[in-house]
Amino acid sequence: MSRIDHSEASSKFIEAKDHLEFHDRRLWDLRKKRDRESEVLPEWEELRSLASAIKEHTLSHLADYLEEFERNAKRNGAQVHWARDAAEHNQIVFDIMSSNGANMLVKAKSMLTDECDMRPFLENRGIEVMETDLGERIQQLDDEPPSHIVVPAVHKLRGDVARVFSQTIGTDPDNSDVHYLAESQRQHTRPYFLRAGAGMTGANFAVAETGTVVVCTNEGNADLSVNLPKLYIASIGIEKIIPRIEHLGVFVRMLSRSALGSPITQLTSHFRAPREDTQMHVILVDNGRSERLGMADFWSSLKCIRCGACMNTCPVYRRSGGLSYGATYSGPIGVIIDPTFNLRKYSSLPFASTLNGSCTSVCPVKINIHEQIYKWREIIAKRHQLPFVKQEAMRIAGKVLSSPKLYRAAVETAGSSIDYLPRLMMYSRLNAWGRQREVPAAPELTFRQWYLQNRSKQ
Amino acid sequence: MKAALFIPCYVDAFFPEVGIATLELLERLGVEVDYPLDQTCCGQPMANSGCSDDAAATEALFVKNFSGYDYIVTPSGSCTHHVREHLTAIPQSEATLKVRRSTYELVEFVHDVLNVRKFPWAKFPHAVGLHNGCSSLRALRTAKMSEIEEPFFSKPLDLLSNVKGIRFVTPERPDECCGFGGTFSVFEEPVSAKMGHDKVADYQRAGAEYIVSADMSCLMHQKGCAERLGAAIKFIHIAQILNGARA
Repeated sequence: MSRIDHSEASSKFIEAKDHLEFHDRRLWDLRKKRDRESEVLPEWEELRSLASAIKEHTLSHLADYLEEFERNAKRNGAQVHWARDAAEHNQIVFDIMSSNGANMLVKAKSMLTDECDMRPFLENRGIEVMETDLGERIQQLDDEPPSHIVVPAVHKLRGDVARVFSQTIGTDPDNSDVHYLAESQRQHTRPYFLRAGAGMTGANFAVAETGTVVVCTNEGNADLSVNLPKLYIASIGIEKIIPRIEHLGVFVRMLSRSALGSPITQLTSHFRAPREDTQMHVILVDNGRSERLGMADFWSSLKCIRCGACMNTCPVYRRSGGLSYGATYSGPIGVIIDPTFNLRKYSSLPFASTLNGSCTSVCPVKINIHEQIYKWREIIAKRHQLPFVKQEAMRIAGKVLSSPKLYRAAVETAGSSIDYLPRLMMYSRLNAWGRQREVPAAPELTFRQWYLQNRSKQ
Repeated sequence: MKAALFIPCYVDAFFPEVGIATLELLERLGVEVDYPLDQTCCGQPMANSGCSDDAAATEALFVKNFSGYDYIVTPSGSCTHHVREHLTAIPQSEATLKVRRSTYELVEFVHDVLNVRKFPWAKFPHAVGLHNGCSSLRALRTAKMSEIEEPFFSKPLDLLSNVKGIRFVTPERPDECCGFGGTFSVFEEPVSAKMGHDKVADYQRAGAEYIVSADMSCLMHQKGCAERLGAAIKFIHIAQILNGARA
């Protein structure tokens, strides 16, 4: 599989000026709202520590809590399935639907089903899949993956949505009023809720103590997906478990504040048991999570509650867009998760970062994101997955900078310093420094030369 | 008190005036300063690219040059961060650990070790935007970061606010990374340059005549962006202002 070239993709994103400015402004606005919401809670930092501790405890007792969840979910009347990987997950969904004669699925937003590439799997087997979250639906109709885990179509302007809707659900191509567009999507989607044989959600949390699936949404589409069809399927990554219902409050207080800067989502729905004459199925999905849990430097990425705060604050993400990462998960959290799926394919992503650390500081569960990015770089270099030019540039830099003699020869002739440092850095791309920046002027003397002339006691 | 001066490679080669200001400032504050002549770099460019094997010899040289000192001072937050947190490509001998413990960024050293707040010789009658480099801000924790709920503090402001005539302007996104990021600046050139251009524009809108920072690498990048944009904004290292530069 070919490598994602994040730099190349970001360059295209930046060329579309209006889109770029909107994207950066919109996400920065979410970051500012997040700041305002966290400022009003004096216990914000305490909540972060608590949330982190609950997640770390849970992950270090994961098998026990998963089995407790299974027992309680079954007691409630749900059927519980275990999926080792994406293929097993997709097959389970298909089997549940086909054995019940269901050929249409209405679903709420779920990153896990994107991770599993579920939609094409089901569609190839004659099952129609309707995304009912507005942003996810826009992306489905435009045949693009989500670009953000909370706001999937944030890279689109309303004119883009008007174009997509006019070509697919027959709206007026000249009307890009957001209320018109949202209402059109809603009216278009409603009949599907009534016709669908099955509904699906992901989960924000799964409570072991009660066997409850908790879904936090703003549009009401998840509740319709669960409560209208005869069949409800919840797909849950195994890291979404929390031990007790009392822990939920910690996370619910932080989730929407971190994600959108709102105190809470419009709906926090607890799905516990099937309604009369219906079925509730829960699929617990591993798909690489157990392996990640065993990675000393990266296991804590499983604490993630998918709020997207790291993406909103990331200056690189805001200026390159989610699609430039070429993966289900983008932005800082994607950078540290994606290489666990395919190191070679995603080897450029840990370098799509300045290591500024803002992501780590906004993370509500205190994942040391930028430190994990640094660690991934080491692993990628050790496994020889760096581009050849960078590898060579670093080999030469290492030789020059470890030798006082070579170093001085490189910097000390007036004028030649210009060639030296930038050239080391420009090794890969012809004058990449100078394309949009001036190169610093070389001084008459280096500091060391000045020192020898003015201060040296020797 | 005796301290060794570490002048990072890019300051040595491009910004000797920053090295000179750092040396003179430390001397004014009564520090006896040694400048080990065989110094080059701390190893960060290679290590941050994941190439710890290529960083090892440079890190070993750094330890060799500086192991005799109780204080090693440098006008760079990111080099200090590298030495303190990431100088791990070589065996962690007692000498290595001591060097890592003893390395200070200039503002930290003046603020925390020398505990100096007054610079009676300093006067800078200009509107300045303070740029805290990300390593200084979030790794060395020299100032409150906007992401964390905690009481306000700022070591660079503690020092600069005693400079006569200085005025501070605040950009809309004071903590936003400027996009230098070491080799990021060339391997991710499109985003790096866009971040730099945005940063400079933010300071300009805030009315800054100067951008001041304890991190010259951030300034090198922003200066390159500003010059290309034709922006009338100037750049100065905090050591220069504290040492009495007037412009």
